[in-house]
Amino acid sequence: MSRELRFFVAASLLAVSQALWANSVTIAVAANFVSPAKAIAEAFEKESGFTVAVSSGSTGKLFAQIVHGAPYDLFLAADSRRPRLLEQNGRAVSGSRFTYALGELVLWSPRPGYVDSRGDVLKAGRFNRLAMANPRLAPYGRAARQVMEKLEVWGELRRRLVQGENIAQTFQFVASGNASLGFVALSQVYATGGSGSFWKIPSGLYQPIQQQAVLLQRGKESAAAGAFWRYLQGDEARKLIRGMGYGVVMEGLRDNNAPE
Amino acid sequence: MPLSETDIQAIWLTLRLASVTTLLLLVVGTPLAWWLARTRSWLKQPVAAITSLPLVLPPTVLGFYLLILLGPDGPVGSLMQDLGLDTLPFTFPGLVVASMIYSLPFMVQPLQNAFAAIGNRPLEVAATLRASALDRFVTIVVPLARPGFLTGMVLAFAHTVGEFGVVLMIGGNIPGETHVLSVAIYDHVEALAYDNAHLLSAGLLTFSFVVILLLNLLNKRSHPEMFR
Repeated sequence: MSRELRFFVAASLLAVSQALWANSVTIAVAANFVSPAKAIAEAFEKESGFTVAVSSGSTGKLFAQIVHGAPYDLFLAADSRRPRLLEQNGRAVSGSRFTYALGELVLWSPRPGYVDSRGDVLKAGRFNRLAMANPRLAPYGRAARQVMEKLEVWGELRRRLVQGENIAQTFQFVASGNASLGFVALSQVYATGGSGSFWKIPSGLYQPIQQQAVLLQRGKESAAAGAFWRYLQGDEARKLIRGMGYGVVMEGLRDNNAPE
Repeated sequence: MPLSETDIQAIWLTLRLASVTTLLLLVVGTPLAWWLARTRSWLKQPVAAITSLPLVLPPTVLGFYLLILLGPDGPVGSLMQDLGLDTLPFTFPGLVVASMIYSLPFMVQPLQNAFAAIGNRPLEVAATLRASALDRFVTIVVPLARPGFLTGMVLAFAHTVGEFGVVLMIGGNIPGETHVLSVAIYDHVEALAYDNAHLLSAGLLTFSFVVILLLNLLNKRSHPEMFR
């Protein structure tokens, strides 16, 4: 192969891969947000013509993958800690971090009429097991612990707690009847048709569960990644997010450096 | 860096779980392996297949079905509740039951092979000398099948120590009850506590290596005895 031809082949391969790369965006999504992310991705694809590939996992695992060079353009975490760490160590584009959803915590049981609208069932304590996510790993678990501490039942209920590694597993413990009730995400109750009974916990009882997103270095130059990053902050996406049981930060208050 | 109290608790719990599981598997696995090695029943292949299922089934499948079966709404769980017993998920006995299923092939297959290798001849000879069935088993089968017993016990023990997916799904992460070593490592990694994770992981790696090395050395030594 002549030198010119080789150059030509290399250049066209590069151009093709560039084009493919520029037309699609790969996002890493925390497990609890997969269904909303897919719904948003679908709407975005229709509007923009870009394609979106969604990878999901726990925030901790995705974080470790990103640190070790996983090919993601955008990271939608379940907390604010991991996106901030990525921003600090230069894996994420600085200033691109924002809160895309606020997790809403509920006390839920698949049995209708079991959980009252004030959470008195917690104090009455006539249940076998109470499920929560591991407070060390999962933001929803940390929030559940704060609620029980505020209500001064943490010490008493500790022995009857069972912990899921994440909020999906916690939901499964309750849905399968192995725990009578549990602290789960409102979005999960919505996703299963809102069956059973639940108490939507007043936001004053726990620190906000800020789910934050960041643009990663790989997505910095990509038009598709930038477009999706903007779309996620737009009204369409916010409407979808709210409809699936999450809160959103009010317009104008989307402070990138919101406190923990 | 010293081990934290919960990590030490997790190590003890894991050793206790593996020991109890191995002993119970020895009791259940020996007759099962004997039957599989000797029978000509058409049931042999289906039973052998069921025994080997945990080798190929993802632990998550096992954990998911156990959660449903053993839960208060499942057939086993509702039966236990009717008998006035606590349901098994999130308890140590529950983990023992799950581990026994999960490690069953690791006990049964070495035993079955060892039993089959003995053949009929030694047993027939002993029978002509009026040795009872139990006598024949204890004085002939057990010594001849020693490498099989050793391999089965070590593998069942080690496999239970390494168990993760099933425990994760039915354990509920209760310190001293279901918070075993593999889950502790997982938690450390997820919480970005890589130092603690390294400490426990390196320990487990060393343990696994030593176990397999010892097993190989012991079996190498005990094989010549078999034919003496």
